[in-house]
Amino acid sequence: MRLRGDAVTAPKLQVALYWGAACGGCDVAVLDTNEFILDVAAAADIRLWPIAVDGKYHDVEAMADGELDLTIFNGAVRNSENEHIAKLLRQKSKLMVAFGSCAHLGGIPGLANLASRDEIMEAAYLHNPSIEPGNTTIPHPETAFNGSPLTIPQFYKRVYKLDDVIDVDYYLPGCPPAADQVKAVLTAVVAGELPPKGSVVGASERAVCDDCERTKHEKKVKRFYRPWQIMADPDSCLLEQGILCAGPATRSGCGVRCPSSGIPCRGCYGPLPNVRDQGAKLLSAVVSIIDSKDPEEIEQIVDGLPDFTSFAYRFSLPSSLLQRSVRP
Amino acid sequence: MTFEPRIVGFLCNWCSYTGADLAGTSRINYQPNVRIIRVMCSARIDPTFVMKALAEGADGVLVCGCHPGDCHYTEGNYKAMRRYPLLKRLLSDYGIEEERFRLEWVSASEGKRFADIVDDMTERLRELGPSRVKAALATDAAER
Repeated sequence: MRLRGDAVTAPKLQVALYWGAACGGCDVAVLDTNEFILDVAAAADIRLWPIAVDGKYHDVEAMADGELDLTIFNGAVRNSENEHIAKLLRQKSKLMVAFGSCAHLGGIPGLANLASRDEIMEAAYLHNPSIEPGNTTIPHPETAFNGSPLTIPQFYKRVYKLDDVIDVDYYLPGCPPAADQVKAVLTAVVAGELPPKGSVVGASERAVCDDCERTKHEKKVKRFYRPWQIMADPDSCLLEQGILCAGPATRSGCGVRCPSSGIPCRGCYGPLPNVRDQGAKLLSAVVSIIDSKDPEEIEQIVDGLPDFTSFAYRFSLPSSLLQRSVRP
Repeated sequence: MTFEPRIVGFLCNWCSYTGADLAGTSRINYQPNVRIIRVMCSARIDPTFVMKALAEGADGVLVCGCHPGDCHYTEGNYKAMRRYPLLKRLLSDYGIEEERFRLEWVSASEGKRFADIVDDMTERLRELGPSRVKAALATDAAER
C-alpha cells in the first residue's frame, strides 16, 4: 500500500491532527502505521499536530475556510479549549474525522459524567492522597494576578463527544483504532473513495463475537468472576466462564485482539450498527446467561458485577441515552 | 398546581394488559397517571425502552408481566426478572431514584392489583417530585 506514486505532481493533501480530552494513545496509533506515516508525510502537508509537528493555533486561524482537506480529531470535549479548536478546525477543514473512542462516543474521559464537576475538582485537587494536606487551591477559569487577569480553559460540567459540538463526517472507532484500519482509511481519503457522510469507517458490521475464534456453547452461569479470580480456559468463550466480556454488544473490526490474547472485550469499537445504546444491549446480553429463576439468587449473582455501569459504558457514556448522572 | 407524575407502563399482552383491561371493565377507580403501552411479553422490554422513556421525560417506568411460571411464552418473564436488578443499579448510577423503575407481576384476573400498583407508584412519585433527566439533558445543550 504505497501512497507516493503521483504525489509529486498532485497537490498535497492538507491535513491537521488534533487531540481534545485524550491520552495521546490515538496519536501513537497514527504513528503505529510505521513507515506508512512517511508516505502520508510525502503525500500530505501536516499543518497542525500538537504532539509531533510545530504548528500553532494562530497558523490555523490564519487559514482560509476549507483550506484543510482533512482533520483527524481524537479525544472528547471536556473544556472550552477542546470545543473552540474543534469549531475552528471544522471551519477550516473539508473533512472532519472523529478518530478513536473518545471523539466517537466520549471514551474513557466520558466516565466522569457519572460524577459532578464539583466532585471531580474536589477529588483531584483537595482529597486525593497525593495532594499536600491542607491544599485549598482549585483551578478557576480566571484568576487575578498582579492586577491583570490570567485565564485557563473552562472545565465543563460534563464530557461531550465530538459530534455534540460540531458536524462530523466520519467516525473511526477504537481505543485506539487498529493500525491497519487507520492505513485503510487514510488511503481511501487520498484516493477519494469515501463512503456516505456519517459512516463509521475502519470497522465491520458484525459483533466481536462473530469474529472471535473461541468456541461457544450454551451460556449459563451461577456466578461472575473478575478476570483475576479465575484461570480462564484459553479456548472457550469468556462469558460462558462467567468473565464479563463486551463482545456481544460491540462492533468488530479490531481484529479481536483482546479476546485472542485472553483479555475480555472492553467495548471500544462502540455499538453495533443501528444500536442506540451500547450499555443497554450489553446489559441484556449479560443477564440473559444467568442460570436462575429465583429473584433473590439473581440479586446475589448480580452482586458479582460491581460497577457494571462503568463496564457497560467504558467508552460510550456521553453517547448513551441518559448521557450523564443527574445527581446534583 | 400539584405535580402529576407521568408514568410509562409497559404491559404484556397476555396477563397484565388483560388485567388492566379488567380494572377498567370492573370500573375500578385508579390514578390516571399511567400511559400504557402494550407489548407481547415483558421480555420484549429492552433496557433501551426504559432509558428512552426516562430521557424523554417520563417520571417513572412500570413494567408488568405474567407471574413467574405463567408466561404465555413459558420463560419470557424470567428474562425480564433477570434484567431488572442490574438495570435498577445502572439507573441508580445515573442518579435516577429507585422508585422510578418498577417491575410487577399482574395476572389477567388481577384488575384490583394493577389498580393498587398504579395508585401506589403514582403516590410515591408525587412525593418524590419530577424526574430531572430531561431537563438536565436540555440544559447541557445550552450551558456547558
